[in-house]
Amino acid sequence: MIDVKGLKKNYGGLQVLKGVDLTINKGDCVVLVGPSGCGKSTFLRCLNRLEEPDGGHIIFNGKEVTDHDIDHVRQKMGMVFQHFNLFPHLTVKKNITLAPVRLGLMKQPEADAKAMELLERIGLADKADTYPNMLSGGQKQRIAIVRALAMNPDVLLFDEPTSALDPEMVGEVLELMKELARGGMTMVCVTHEMGFAREVANRIIFIDEGVVKVDKPPKEFFANPENERLKAFLSKVL
Amino acid sequence: MEAQFEALSELAKSGEKLNFGQDFFVKFYQAFLYSDRWQQYIKGVGTTLLVTAIALVLGVLLGAIVAMIRVGHAQQKPHHRNPILGVLNAVCKVYVTVIRGTPMMVQLLIMSMVIFASSRNFTMVGALALGINSGAYVSEIIRGGLMAVDPGQMEAGRSLGLNYMTTMFEIIIPQAIRSILPSLGNEFIMLLKDSSLITVIGGKELLYAAQGIMNRTYEAMFPLLGVAAVYLVLVMLFSALLAKFERRLAQSDRR
Repeated sequence: MIDVKGLKKNYGGLQVLKGVDLTINKGDCVVLVGPSGCGKSTFLRCLNRLEEPDGGHIIFNGKEVTDHDIDHVRQKMGMVFQHFNLFPHLTVKKNITLAPVRLGLMKQPEADAKAMELLERIGLADKADTYPNMLSGGQKQRIAIVRALAMNPDVLLFDEPTSALDPEMVGEVLELMKELARGGMTMVCVTHEMGFAREVANRIIFIDEGVVKVDKPPKEFFANPENERLKAFLSKVL
Repeated sequence: MEAQFEALSELAKSGEKLNFGQDFFVKFYQAFLYSDRWQQYIKGVGTTLLVTAIALVLGVLLGAIVAMIRVGHAQQKPHHRNPILGVLNAVCKVYVTVIRGTPMMVQLLIMSMVIFASSRNFTMVGALALGINSGAYVSEIIRGGLMAVDPGQMEAGRSLGLNYMTTMFEIIIPQAIRSILPSLGNEFIMLLKDSSLITVIGGKELLYAAQGIMNRTYEAMFPLLGVAAVYLVLVMLFSALLAKFERRLAQSDRR
């Protein structure tokens, strides 16, 4: 579904991504891990061009992702942010329906119905008409996920979705992500939640020094880390 | 009262010395009441408010356009800069620099004696000059407001597939307005006071009316103090309205 070839990204003189090759298939739940500053978030943000890559190719559904039709690509590539980025001036329901309606994918009543159905699913239907300020972090993040889902994306990108949450809220967000993964949603997650990676991911990618160092199913990934850097990393996080 | 004024001014003309109370009365009467002069002040206030309103609308329009161009230019990706936007941005920068770097009075004189030298409608030329001046300051207010919105909001909008303009109008601007409006209110009060400057090019506002009366009576104190009082009352009135409005905004923030 997504084919990344030789992706490069520099910040000033610093080369963060030095040629990342990665294929993400339909139904994959890929978790990206690595030491901080290794470029996992940058990689994720390059996929939907929130960051401009400096080299390489990203092929999404058989077509190269370019600046030209980026808005179309993004409609099918949802993203969930560390800091939720809900729109504080709009109600929860409007947050969810804004994009589908403005892009002409749905009429307002249809979008409202879909939003309510999604909110029902995460048990927040009673919050439809409140503003994001009134919600807890976990509720905000679940609504941010639903907002991305309302676009019927082919793939969801998660950029450290639980890092800004209080510990007791992490569970509810991970639970929703697990549910999505089991439902067959293609997901790419940057996260520090090793438990989630072990349980839900079908591939774990270790990025270090700007390249993909390890790409394995979770069992092998944790059981016999051959790579020295990965060993050092795992000894710190586990 | 009119008879008393006539009698006292006759007395003064004949060389008699008036006492303080009589002198006060005569000067006050001729500054505000004689041949219904207060109507000239009222007309002046009307023009002052009209000029201020025109300048504010013009300033906000200009400021919004300049701010959008400058923010749009700044938010482009490094390798894909639009050349048209680059040129517009340069023009806007020159405009803001020139307007903020030269005195308001000089701008007014240039507008009336160089650019619109043939126009007789001094009031409107003054309003135009005020608006152009205000636009530079308003653009910085709006630009600051737009830049103060969390960049994550733009990313969230764009990541949903909305284009730059839609995200700007649906997500960024509604949030920026909360921080922009109070400063715009202050700009309005500044404009109200600065509108008195157009007197020097012959704009017929409040101070102009006072000067006309000063020239006829050879008496400056009462007309000038009267004008100052009118400005003070107007500014206090609008300040109070603004404060009320700001409290409202703050309240809806806490929802």
